Amino acid sequence: MEDVLQIDGVTLGSRLIMGTGGASNRQVLTDALLASGTELTTVALRRHHAGSDSSLFQLLAEHSIRPLPNTAGCFTVREAVLTAELAREALETHWLKLEVIADQDSLLPDPPELLEAAEELVRRGFVVFAYSNDDPVLARRLEDLGVAAVMPLGSPIGSGLGILNPHNIAQIAERASIPVILDAGIGTASDASLAMELGCDAVLLASAVTRAENPARMAAAFRHAVIAGRLAALSGRIPRRQQALASSSMLGRVEF
Amino acid sequence: MKIMVNRRAQELEAGATVLELVALHTGRSLFESGQPSDGGRLGIAVARNGELVPRRCWAAMELNESDELDLVTAVQGG
Repeated sequence: MEDVLQIDGVTLGSRLIMGTGGASNRQVLTDALLASGTELTTVALRRHHAGSDSSLFQLLAEHSIRPLPNTAGCFTVREAVLTAELAREALETHWLKLEVIADQDSLLPDPPELLEAAEELVRRGFVVFAYSNDDPVLARRLEDLGVAAVMPLGSPIGSGLGILNPHNIAQIAERASIPVILDAGIGTASDASLAMELGCDAVLLASAVTRAENPARMAAAFRHAVIAGRLAALSGRIPRRQQALASSSMLGRVEF
Repeated sequence: MKIMVNRRAQELEAGATVLELVALHTGRSLFESGQPSDGGRLGIAVARNGELVPRRCWAAMELNESDELDLVTAVQGG
């Protein structure tokens, strides 16, 4: 059976979800998106200024990449819900990455606001991808509210610190019956492989690619890393041992 | 009449609609449905005084003096 990711009845061929934030220009972004092989990418919603181009939406459509609008920069339920409604209208999708952050310095999710916003958006018919802390209890509460996917952070947004609490991420992945997408903090390819090995269904990253010295090459690295991690997760790794275990038989050994 | 568009003051003729404002702002010709007549996708949403105005309502909704409009679109973001 083919190993694909399904969300809201949609099949995604890639388990790498790219963010578009941080790229220095449109060409760099396009090259990175194509090299990553992603089929889903996040966008933010901001005021449109007369004369500015709104072609990001067009660009994604041209390459058949689904937009996943986010509520980045929202601190309250009210802000998040209005931003979500605007995103649904502007981008013609009911998929939404819900971010409700506590403060500008940590960019950490604010759990009470997050839960309330998730409940309201599910009620309004959104397919909610909930950006969450790496807390198994919070992830469970979000799932109970009916979100489509839970997105625990590996470490703070843009920090590149990787996965600071692998045990919690594994717990979340093991207990969830909805897709778990590791989001935020990824620094390099091995972080993405680790996320998949811990049981995550997908990885979302932006800065690790868009702010790399060579974004397109790093995007290709992540494409391979996610595939490698997923294959490893499905393959039953060997147990860790205290002592060495020879892989060559001693039988028939030539003795001198 | 004077309205605020994305926090900037703008003069419009009395009776102007949301549809007319969006067409003016984006420089694109729009059908009554709010879809661009060039066949492309608009990618714009509108809030009026903090409430979403669905595209299907743009043509019928007249603006009032001192209305606060937000026109938003997708930009790069994680």
